Amino acid sequence: MNTLSLRALTNSTRAELLRLRRWPAIWVIIGTGQALTLSFGYVFNYVAYKTGDENFAEDGATSAQLLAELMPSAIPEVIISGLPMFGGALAMVIGALVAGNGFGWGTWKTVFTQGPSRGAAVGGSLAAVTVFVVAMMAATLVLCTGVSVAIAASEGQTITMPALADLASSFGAGFLVLEMWALLGFLVGVLAKGPALAVGLGLVWSLVVENLLRGVGGLLSGVEAVTAALPGTAGGSLAGAIVGGPNGTPGVLDAVSGERALITVAAYVVIAAIAAMVVMRRRDLT
Amino acid sequence: MKELVVETDGLTKRYGDRLAVDRVSMTVKRGEVYGFLGPNGAGKTTTLRMMLGLIRPTAGSASVLGRPAGRPDVIARIGALIEGPGFYPYLSGRDNLRTMARYQGLPGTEVDRVLEMVDLADRAKDAFKGYSLGMKQRLGVAAAMLGSPDLLVLDEPTNGLDPAGMADMRALVVSLAAAGQTVILSSHILAEVQEICDRVGVINHGRLLRESTVAELRGRATLQVRATPEDTALAVVMQMAGDEGVRRVGNETLEIDLPSSAAPEVVRRLVSRSVDVHEITAAERSLEDVFFEMTGTDTGKELVS
Repeated sequence: MNTLSLRALTNSTRAELLRLRRWPAIWVIIGTGQALTLSFGYVFNYVAYKTGDENFAEDGATSAQLLAELMPSAIPEVIISGLPMFGGALAMVIGALVAGNGFGWGTWKTVFTQGPSRGAAVGGSLAAVTVFVVAMMAATLVLCTGVSVAIAASEGQTITMPALADLASSFGAGFLVLEMWALLGFLVGVLAKGPALAVGLGLVWSLVVENLLRGVGGLLSGVEAVTAALPGTAGGSLAGAIVGGPNGTPGVLDAVSGERALITVAAYVVIAAIAAMVVMRRRDLT
Repeated sequence: MKELVVETDGLTKRYGDRLAVDRVSMTVKRGEVYGFLGPNGAGKTTTLRMMLGLIRPTAGSASVLGRPAGRPDVIARIGALIEGPGFYPYLSGRDNLRTMARYQGLPGTEVDRVLEMVDLADRAKDAFKGYSLGMKQRLGVAAAMLGSPDLLVLDEPTNGLDPAGMADMRALVVSLAAAGQTVILSSHILAEVQEICDRVGVINHGRLLRESTVAELRGRATLQVRATPEDTALAVVMQMAGDEGVRRVGNETLEIDLPSSAAPEVVRRLVSRSVDVHEITAAERSLEDVFFEMTGTDTGKELVS
């Protein structure tokens, strides 16, 4: 990449970051992700722990187990457990909105007449989405740390932080899962030339179709081979590899190995980015 | 001869069976205001989109600023408002322009400059979604002027503007032209084009029907004078328009190749020679008349379909 291209990409990324950070919809989605993490990661378990209703949050979990899941040492599991299900769906919505709305609003047209190459403009948009995915993960990490430390302190427990390596691998895997869904959302937004169809199809696919296919896959080996390569399976299995297998959280799987899941997720990230770039570079903007 | 800023050669765009633009070859010279005329759906916007690289031609080529159309280095030197302004509705006018300026690597002061030019500075903090159609158009023009481009392409810039806004927009284009700015102005408001354009291209059904100066397109302006005695009147006006510039058209009436602005002088001279002037009329075709003849569209001040 020459200096001019790099400068164009940097300019495009700065432009996209400006408009994305001023977009309330993005913050609503990120806030929703935090609220869901807080609810399913801490609130329900804490209520179950405090009320003594062992069936409230997890079947058969003892109070000690519930408390252990609320402690800072469990942060690596908590920050990634919700991502295959609601985190991925929310990231997909972000990607679909960022790419898809540009057609309806006519902003892709305006941007392309400002001088950056299409590659630089789309690359900048993808980079900005990536920054917000990192921000989403970082916000989740900060939230989980704060809440778990507060719970540990209020319950008189020793505050033991997780190993940095565990935290880093969980953060990295979580980022990849969100990035995969965000860029797939971006790609569908580009293909659909709008956010509505992209969001609708994306959510139906990630929340319904893949689950149904995995159910059928248990009966038909041919389908099982296909489902093993799907993004939901890969993301769920990557999360499963981090938390040590299915932990009762919907979407967390052990369908494929951690290594294979990592490769598949990374492949989806690369393929989605390249495909979005190629389509946008070749497309007539009418 | 002035440098050609735009030169298209057989530019063609086909969508399935529909030929949107059919072998359009046009030229725009540096420093001129070029009016691109045509009814709605004639192919104006499609042609402009091909010049900007937003769509690829099916055949033919376009050269802009001496280089193939659509190259990023060429687009960076063009400012364009194509088929309405496209902005982020949740951002203010200023932040929309800041975003677009960042794409070009321009400083924030450039945003202030163009906001002043389109008289939007006092509403710059308001959200774009709350703007009137006229304000949105002006913001679109402001975005087009970011970075002082060498070529300004304005596609129906007065759409949605009230009469005062239209006058302001015309004044802006005129002032830009006076400063040497090359402008392509696509419009279906013919009076607007007649008033501010140096040359025009007329397009209909995807084909460029004519390309010439406004004066050439409107043809020869004439005066018709009914005066007696006719022979004396003929001698007087021949001194003004020459032997070839005057014709007898019957009923003691002379047709003179002079514009309407010459009418007072014609009357003064005839009266000073004791000629009775019964009637004098200017026969001058407007761009509108010419346009309707060429395109066969229904008459009307605006070609709204």
